[in-house]
Amino acid sequence: MSDLRTELKQSIIVQLNLEELTIEDIDNNDSLFGDGLGLDSIDALELIVLLEKDYGIKLTDPNQGKEIFISINKMAEYIESHRTK
Amino acid sequence: MSRTIYITGIGAISAQTEESVFSEKSVVYTSNIFQAISPNFKEYIPAMALRRMSKAIKMGLTAVKMALQDANVELPDAIITGTGEGCKQDTEKFLGSMLSQEEDLLTPTSFIQSTHNTVGGQIALNLGCSGYNVTYSQERASLESALIDSVLLLNEKPSLNSVLVGGVDEVSNKITSFGYLNGFLKQEEIENLSLFSHKSEGTITSEGAFFFNLTTENKKDSYAQLKAVSSFNAESPIEVSEKITEFLSRNSLRPKDLDIVFLGKNGDLDQDKVYDELQYTIFPKTCQLAYKHLSGEFNTVTGFAIWLSCLIFRRQQIPDILKLNAVPSSNPKNILLYNLASNTSHSVILLQKP
Repeated sequence: MSDLRTELKQSIIVQLNLEELTIEDIDNNDSLFGDGLGLDSIDALELIVLLEKDYGIKLTDPNQGKEIFISINKMAEYIESHRTK
Repeated sequence: MSRTIYITGIGAISAQTEESVFSEKSVVYTSNIFQAISPNFKEYIPAMALRRMSKAIKMGLTAVKMALQDANVELPDAIITGTGEGCKQDTEKFLGSMLSQEEDLLTPTSFIQSTHNTVGGQIALNLGCSGYNVTYSQERASLESALIDSVLLLNEKPSLNSVLVGGVDEVSNKITSFGYLNGFLKQEEIENLSLFSHKSEGTITSEGAFFFNLTTENKKDSYAQLKAVSSFNAESPIEVSEKITEFLSRNSLRPKDLDIVFLGKNGDLDQDKVYDELQYTIFPKTCQLAYKHLSGEFNTVTGFAIWLSCLIFRRQQIPDILKLNAVPSSNPKNILLYNLASNTSHSVILLQKP
């Protein structure tokens, strides 16, 4: 279970060019947007592509992202229950 | 009558630094493709904004901030950018993703940033500047086109306090190396400082960003007057000489009135013939300088020569590494920059000491 969270952190750091951060800097419960990591709407699009590319999850409604991309824990829970690959 | 326009702030990022050129310790490169010397971008751009920027954007925005700081301006009235090939690194990344992912699941960042006007847009967003913002992309005449527009704008609206004009181009892994295939780059790897002694076709290349703050008001720290900019077509070296003489005449000068002529020689045997002709016909008694052995050849590289000219006016010093002949120039007042943009397209920029 923790492997998925570590894998997610690594993917987010690479995909979103968060060069300043390491896996250890991101807490599983940190907010990804706003006061947490400070991601923005373009990052949200990158995360949607990441979900589909790496886990076969296609978000048909972009508003779903608001519920899924809250934190690493929330993303991991969603991936565990919806992944097709 | 055209307004007098002054350069009141400069910002430059290139393969050389002011220190390296003027202390005669030019940086030596042994590959025909070399990168610009990056400043600490984090001093100019917030880390979260920096992470998504390709090098062209980082260099462009940082050069802008250097120029604004130098001119003591917070917010420009206009941003005019020249770029020959835009953000090549993101273009490559996007095209690579299209191939590897079979045109599916493409991420937005590299697509957004692969457009040529991204640099100008990012500068405006970062500064919060909602003024005039235009990008010119005409290969080796891109910066000159931007300069011509800035002159027109300041003549139309002379009260503008700050018109930022500049050029930016970056190297990328694949697109830049295509220059070995199409003859743009020399086939054998050479040391940059020996560029003019290799009598072969092709040149060397690099990258950079050069921005200048322009205004119609002469400030006590103005670097130079941007007297005139022009681009023209000419078929033969004789016609080039005639066009340059006409250009000077329109600005009440003769070739012999020039203190310095900055030539865009790039070591390509074919192209340098045109410069050689000018050196021996209309400028034999003028101090002749060259710069592309330091900067490399790229689409907006005349920004490097403008930057050097501003520093020559300011420092009253001409580094030996730039000199093509032994004609002295102790107190230069008029500098002409001539660049061959293509086989038939040419540009001239006239700068005067303020």
